[in-house]
Amino acid sequence: MFGRLVYESFRRQKRRKLLAGIAITLGVGVATAMLAVATDIGNKISRELRTYGANLIVTPQEDTLDVQIGGADLKPPSDGAYLNEADLPKIKGMFWRNNIVGFAPMLPISVRVNSDAKNFTLLGTYFSKRLTLGKEDFVTGVRITHPWWKVQGAWPDDNSSDVLLGESLAAKLGRKAGDDIEIAAQTHHIAGILSTGGAEDNQIIAPLALTQQILGKPGAVRRVYVSALTKPEDAFARRDPQTLRGAEYDRWYCSPYAASIAFQLQEAIPHSHAEQIRQIAQNEGTVLSRIKGLMLLVTLAALFASALAVSAAMATAIFERRAEVGLMKALGAGSLSVAALFFAEALLLALIGGALGFTGGALLAHQIGRSIFDSQITIEPVLFPVILAIAVIVTFAGSAMAIRRAVKFDPVYALRGEA
Amino acid sequence: MSSRAKSDLINRRSPKPHTSMFLRMLMRAATLRRGRAASALLAMVVAAAVATAMLNLYVDVQAKLRKEFRNYGANVVVIGKDGQALPADALPKVDSALAGHGLAVPFAYIVARTSDGQSVVVSGTNLDQVRKLDSWWSVTAWPNTSQDALLGTRAAAVVSPQGKPFDLSFQGHTIHLNPAGTLRTGASEDSLIYLSLTDFENWTGVQPSTIEIAFSGSSEEIAALIQMLSQTLPTTDVRPIRQIMEAEARVLGKTRATLAAAAILIIATAALCVLSTLIGWVFDRRRDFAIMKALGASEGLITGFFAAEAAALGAVGAIGGFGIGVGVAAWIGRVNFHAPVVPRFNILPAVFVGSIAVALISAVLPIFLLRRVQPAMILRGE
Repeated sequence: MFGRLVYESFRRQKRRKLLAGIAITLGVGVATAMLAVATDIGNKISRELRTYGANLIVTPQEDTLDVQIGGADLKPPSDGAYLNEADLPKIKGMFWRNNIVGFAPMLPISVRVNSDAKNFTLLGTYFSKRLTLGKEDFVTGVRITHPWWKVQGAWPDDNSSDVLLGESLAAKLGRKAGDDIEIAAQTHHIAGILSTGGAEDNQIIAPLALTQQILGKPGAVRRVYVSALTKPEDAFARRDPQTLRGAEYDRWYCSPYAASIAFQLQEAIPHSHAEQIRQIAQNEGTVLSRIKGLMLLVTLAALFASALAVSAAMATAIFERRAEVGLMKALGAGSLSVAALFFAEALLLALIGGALGFTGGALLAHQIGRSIFDSQITIEPVLFPVILAIAVIVTFAGSAMAIRRAVKFDPVYALRGEA
Repeated sequence: MSSRAKSDLINRRSPKPHTSMFLRMLMRAATLRRGRAASALLAMVVAAAVATAMLNLYVDVQAKLRKEFRNYGANVVVIGKDGQALPADALPKVDSALAGHGLAVPFAYIVARTSDGQSVVVSGTNLDQVRKLDSWWSVTAWPNTSQDALLGTRAAAVVSPQGKPFDLSFQGHTIHLNPAGTLRTGASEDSLIYLSLTDFENWTGVQPSTIEIAFSGSSEEIAALIQMLSQTLPTTDVRPIRQIMEAEARVLGKTRATLAAAAILIIATAALCVLSTLIGWVFDRRRDFAIMKALGASEGLITGFFAAEAAALGAVGAIGGFGIGVGVAAWIGRVNFHAPVVPRFNILPAVFVGSIAVALISAVLPIFLLRRVQPAMILRGE
């Protein structure tokens, strides 16, 4: 009899059930989408913050002092120590290799251009170089670590002898993309004009191999910029690894803090000194936590709004059925069995609406991820039972008040149609 | 019936009976059956509050995040053309152009020699302002007296490994400096020695060649600032620091887009909540509708009555909700950004009109459906 009552209620009152069902579906959908976005926003913004460029730098351990003013190197070119280019692919072999977005080696040298008396800085680097470590292939270079570098013309190939000319230097020398330039008594093709808004605008940028050949030191690298996804620094991250013991050391080593990644870089590359670039690394955490906090609070607002929408819909749906309650009670039904009927209906609605809403919300989150971040926001299947449970609780809570009032109502008045 | 009684009756009926009856019905609808009216009003207020809070956040979050992004330091730099010193009035001109919306810090650079002949770059600057501009600098102790220097960690290892006072010479002039503290940034600053600008100028006579500017504003405002500075300081190069500007614009854009998507979803949910509550309320009163119709009220009048009721509800709900929403936004701002979100009164019209529109739709829609039904059917309770 109970099952039949529920079944008939759904069969005969399609409009009401549909309205309540739509409200639950939409509410759960919005809640799911917002939860998915809020849990993933940290990763997404973290990736976007990598457009600030490298947050770690690796230099030779025995490095001499930089003597630079405004990016112009005033140090004799032979001075100082070098890292070995052959060690660089090891960066992709360390514990946090998947957090390394990219790295770019730099080798600045001083060269003569077009038999000009003045010396110019030639910077050797990777543009977008394919490297291999074991069976793994990966691409790295300034196009990944320095995304604000813009080239008019084309990026040179890493194996070619083509160069890029900084914007201001190009204007000074009167060259444009496609022209030739004489560097260290060799003629090179200018593939493009580079604009960075920094010191590179006054430099010539060349493939690393070509620069090493001009310098006469194969495999030499002055410094390596590394762009890594890191965890914001906390009090634990600032502790000195030398003072940590056992499990604490393991925890420090296995957290993607900028400091522990720097520590591992130092282990991976012999005779090196790795350090976080504090301007980038330190500020990342603040910006990230602000955006995450904002989305969390907004998600709370979304959950609140959808809970309210579901409760309102349920309350209205039950309120409209006072006459029915009156009839049931007049026929001798107890308050308990009437309430049980309504709760059973609410449960059914919540489960159907919740399942549909979860699917819709997951699609919505996917769409938001695609259109805003160009990457997927996937929702954990683990969330499905959680969302369903929340949907049932909210639906019950929303119905409870209305059911209580409907049950307490005198059947005589209800049947006479007086509210 | 006496003539007196007749005129009394006319008097009682006559002055604008429709208007006063209309108002009376509106008042009675609100005060009788208070529970249902109150729940409809509550839904309205909550929806308007949520909408206000989201819109207010969306409008204000840019300013709030910009402030956080200024921790990244300078976004515009003024450099003398071809390495020349800047004109003496450059800094006051930059300061007046900024008009309090940013920070400008001068830097002067030279290459000095240590007592054992090594080259080291020394910079003179306003250390108090650098502290504000470059908040990521990790400094053991800031210099506060004359002849105190701040040493980059790598420079410190060269000039003063044991933290003892040292001498530097530049073009025959020697200065005796005390190392006050060391500086660690992970970038080129680690190789530098910083002095206060007065010490630096007394020693070398070299004027600042660079002004670093941290300006908070949109990219259009920054472009306008750069253009203005290039005109007032023709002998200098004024350029944006693209690394900082582009990343900021990107992250800000993505955050705003996510927030906009969230705002649309939340406001739509809130509107839905109002819609379902109000439709239920009006449907519930179909007997009022039927009685009015049976007593001979025109359909236009009945629709007008329910519409007026809904509009009043929408207006009251919007104003109450706006107040609460502003409060919620301010609270979110305080919790997350440690600065309250400023109430934006220019979103009030949008919230107001939106609330009334949703209320009108949800009142007129059921009336439209009920119009086809005979009053007798409704009154019989079918």
